[in-house]
Amino acid sequence: MACVSPDGKPTESGMKILNSLAAGAKSAEDVAADTGRPLYAVRSGLRELAGAEMVAEKGEGYELSPQGKELISS
Amino acid sequence: MEEVIRLPKLGEPAPDFEAPTTHGTIRLDDYKGSWLILFSHPADFTPVCTTEFMAFAQIYPELQKRGVELLGISVDSITSHIAWVRNIEEKMGMKIPFPIIADLNKEVSQLYGMVHPGQSKTETVRCVFVIDPNKTVRAMLYYPLTTGRNMDEILRLVTALQTTDEHKVATPANWRPGDMVIVPPPLTAESAEERLKQGYECVDWYLCKKKL
Repeated sequence: MACVSPDGKPTESGMKILNSLAAGAKSAEDVAADTGRPLYAVRSGLRELAGAEMVAEKGEGYELSPQGKELISS
Repeated sequence: MEEVIRLPKLGEPAPDFEAPTTHGTIRLDDYKGSWLILFSHPADFTPVCTTEFMAFAQIYPELQKRGVELLGISVDSITSHIAWVRNIEEKMGMKIPFPIIADLNKEVSQLYGMVHPGQSKTETVRCVFVIDPNKTVRAMLYYPLTTGRNMDEILRLVTALQTTDEHKVATPANWRPGDMVIVPPPLTAESAEERLKQGYECVDWYLCKKKL
């Protein structure tokens, strides 16, 4: 599912991924296990969230960007 | 000049792509580590395709149990795909849970040889590509516009391929899970002799079956 809506905000699916990263997931596999979403959808979603600068790549994994952290805390 | 249609080949890497889908932008790489069935249909809002989509949705849970994902494709737009899956859900009560590529520029269709001008110059025919977790093309089915695909065969095909990988065996005609499998033929005269003593059910040295 698309993770960023046309107005640039995270969708419900996007928020699930952001929340999973906030809870400690560090890779697409972690997020898939945590959220129960298919791995392909998580990989696609993380790429989309990274493109919107809500997520940052860290080595071979991912973490919340400052913007992503702000979204989680708001 | 006559157009040459490029087809992927069994045992070779599946052509990479990145494409817009009803679930966002998807790359072939996103499926690495899973089995994938990439299947094309001629057009949204057409009768045979609608029955096929419902049938694919019905076998999706079984495919997921086997670690297999589904990805549809046609040369229709995202808007058309969305309208069609919503229509299927509203009118026929069937949710389409897998993504569909909107291949308006035929980029992916051409990579996979899905447009056969003898059938239609503008639509994709009914192709099925079974791609393994290493992104290798393991099986291909091509059906004409008029003939809906058989979901039992697609499930059987994937199960047979996975059984072959897991147990290093082959599967005979009309094989079904639970049936005996074929022990690969011996490659030396010595192993041909030995296999007759190994307790397999052998018609002769080259045709031996066993239970899993």
